[in-house]
Amino acid sequence: MLLRHTSTEMKERSALTVNPAKTCQPIGAMYAALGVHGCLPHSHGSQGCYAYHRSALTRHFKEPVVAATSAFTEGASVFGGQANLVQAIDNIFSVYNPDVIAVHTTCLSETIGDDVPQIFAKAKADGKVPDGKFLFHANTPSYVGSHVTGFASTTKAMVDYFAETNGHKTKTINLIPGYVEPSDMAEIRRIAETMGISTIMFPDTSKVLNGPLTGKYKMFPEGGVTVEELKQSGNSKGTIALGRTASLPAARALDAKCKVPCEILGLPLGLHGTDSFVDTLRRMAGVNVPDALNLERGQLVDSISDWHQYLYGKRVAIVGDPDQVLALTRFLVSLDMRPVHIVTGSPAGKKYVKSLQEAVAEVPEEVNIKVPGDMFLFHQWIKNDPVDLIIGNTYAKYIAKDEDIPLVRHGFPIYDRLGHSYFSTMGYRGALRLMEKLLDAILDRKDRDADDITMELVM
Amino acid sequence: MPSIPILEERQAQIHRKGSAPFEMTCGKHSLAGSVSQRACVFCGSRVVLYPIADALHLIHGPIGCAAYTWDIRGALSSGPELHRMSFSTDLREKDVIFGGEKKLAAALDELIDQYQPKAAFVYSTCIVGIIGDDVAAVCRKAEKEKGIPVLPVHSEGFKGTKKDGYKAACDALFKLVGTGSTADITPVSINILGEFNIGGEAWLIKKYYEEMGIPVVSIMTGDGRVDQIRRSHGAALNVVQCSGALTFLADMMQETYGIPYIRASYFGIDDMAKALYDVADHFETHPAIMARTREIVRREVETIMPEINRIRRDLAGKRAAIYVGGAFKAFSLIKALRYLGMTVVLVGSQTGNDSDYATLRDMCDDGTIILDDANPLELSKYIIEKQADLFIGGVKERPIAFKMGIGFCDHNHERKIPLAGFAGMLQFAREVHTSVTSPVWQFVPTRAAVG
Repeated sequence: MLLRHTSTEMKERSALTVNPAKTCQPIGAMYAALGVHGCLPHSHGSQGCYAYHRSALTRHFKEPVVAATSAFTEGASVFGGQANLVQAIDNIFSVYNPDVIAVHTTCLSETIGDDVPQIFAKAKADGKVPDGKFLFHANTPSYVGSHVTGFASTTKAMVDYFAETNGHKTKTINLIPGYVEPSDMAEIRRIAETMGISTIMFPDTSKVLNGPLTGKYKMFPEGGVTVEELKQSGNSKGTIALGRTASLPAARALDAKCKVPCEILGLPLGLHGTDSFVDTLRRMAGVNVPDALNLERGQLVDSISDWHQYLYGKRVAIVGDPDQVLALTRFLVSLDMRPVHIVTGSPAGKKYVKSLQEAVAEVPEEVNIKVPGDMFLFHQWIKNDPVDLIIGNTYAKYIAKDEDIPLVRHGFPIYDRLGHSYFSTMGYRGALRLMEKLLDAILDRKDRDADDITMELVM
Repeated sequence: MPSIPILEERQAQIHRKGSAPFEMTCGKHSLAGSVSQRACVFCGSRVVLYPIADALHLIHGPIGCAAYTWDIRGALSSGPELHRMSFSTDLREKDVIFGGEKKLAAALDELIDQYQPKAAFVYSTCIVGIIGDDVAAVCRKAEKEKGIPVLPVHSEGFKGTKKDGYKAACDALFKLVGTGSTADITPVSINILGEFNIGGEAWLIKKYYEEMGIPVVSIMTGDGRVDQIRRSHGAALNVVQCSGALTFLADMMQETYGIPYIRASYFGIDDMAKALYDVADHFETHPAIMARTREIVRREVETIMPEINRIRRDLAGKRAAIYVGGAFKAFSLIKALRYLGMTVVLVGSQTGNDSDYATLRDMCDDGTIILDDANPLELSKYIIEKQADLFIGGVKERPIAFKMGIGFCDHNHERKIPLAGFAGMLQFAREVHTSVTSPVWQFVPTRAAVG
């Protein structure tokens, strides 16, 4: 009983987070920045921050993750980090030669009040930024929001720094995929391409954090949205932002800056989520949904009908990031399952909680919702009212083991299983994949627990 | 692949043995803008204290520092698991503006009441140093109210390097030392310092010493317990592993309690045997100890040699690259790899000092690359140039090795089995053998020549 220290008695905690279901902004900023082609993320803070972020991302993706740091010392913390950042920019361009440096702040540099745009101006004035090279930044104080906020702010910064318009709209549609896996980003784009739509997606970590083994170490892999594409995004016909908490700020900023109209949707996870994405693409681009996509949808609906008898009524506990949790909840409800304990680690606002409540309105029992909460609370709820299935990141495995409940890994981080980098859970195919995982978990458990009499071959 | 430029300022931290007079710059702060593989003060303190399983570890700061250090490395405990919980004051914007002391006090109050730990460690993170919370005062007050040691760890990330974090952790440990009863401790006894039981090594090592007839008073900090640390000043000798994490404590214990210390490495057959013999030598007035030690070494070596010899045949002539945190570990690794018939073509460390690098130079063959505080480009450049077959490093280095299509062995946080001790040497040999001879490398596109 690893988590024997989790008590069933519920106490109001005033000053504590125990076993967090979130982490701090800069790691989200680093992940988003890796979705820009040829970009080196730069952590404006002390050396530990970026070492931790790189380690965490490396563990999740099993890929090299590079970033640079301002390597704050006591002196920098007293006199400000300008000298460090200017020197860093100079060193980075001369040694690593990226196309772009994406600076994100930390609790340290935010609190001492470093003004990054002013430091950029100084670096440019000093000739430290070669022609054709770019800088951008996002303010990502660790004591506000969570890793999702850092991702959202960095994505918005791509718009703030680069998007331009010449007044002529193209047929291209911008896709903002949200805080999802590289495989998800690739799948989201594939769906649009299947419909014959030209897209600009940002950020795009596919082929950056799920690259092939080549026998060479490439500091800047093939994938990522280019700065040229980011500039062009201001001329696009429209923007589809997937996931409010991760993608809304960038979409709104692009609308305000370049008059690109946007639609804010949930993640295209599950039947309804994908329907809504596909329908919005169809309307915005003025195209028809091709047979190939209808086939995928039909296969998903077919599978749901084939297997619904094993899913209905199953009680599920979900923990994760807000956009993922909302989309998962909606999908589970559509499968006639019952999400009964729902926790996001990240704060997400009242409107978000209302959306969650609406999503579970038809669930025929009381549903616990906590935004933001932590894994400790999540565990206490499960202890007091057990479920059939848990959905969460790798840290949820302790709870699953202690309570002997099957776990489907979903979200960030996943340190201990293969799959998330390559097999998307977005779109109709992704929904099928997710359903496969839910069924595997539930049916493996059923087989394990069946006695000789009730053990069945054909399920 | 084109040759990569090396930062001019970095030239002094890279040495090719035999190419020039040896002058290595080290121990300096990483350059701003470098993609160093190093970490911070907090990281150093956290890894040292984390294995103390019956203490409360509360991280005072925004959530990240707690989230990234939650159970990410083994710290095996034979009893309590309180250390594997993640407790954070999760400072928010208003705390940064108005101060976090109240929140800290409330958190300590709730946690100590609920978990009744034997002691509490409160880690300061960067922001605490900037907003100026008086963590020590809050700890003193909690200590008085709750009747357990509540120890501030001054580990603000920007206040130095990982080494300074070791020092801060030792300062906190030293406040515990000397507060427990030393009754029942025999004059022949030791403390094991600098062994963190990541994969169960502490248990292995402790068993050897006990078989020699030497009781172990405390292990700092693997499978650690507060009460053992409190009485550790009763031991006759400190045996200190690793290049520095716990040396600060050994120094303080020598000065205050007159306890001598010796250094040890438990890695590789020679060093492991030497560690046991050195301790036996220290207790030379008890000749039975030395006799038993000889017997243990003979037995253990005999057990592992047949398989080691088989493995050696496959590994003979293969080339290895090493990049580790402390240089002391590199010394043992070089010897162990040579024992397996391998050549070391690159060796580097994050925190080595002058004398460490002098030792490395003396140990290495001509042409070996020696690096201080390297970045991934430098590592990959020299690994390709030297055609290494194996890379030994930590979590951030693993995928770099695999991308280049060479074997890897984690000798850091992510090892899952003991690589120390005699049995550990065999496991190390097996792990290296498995990775280097894996069939997957047949599928790697030919390694491109570098310019």
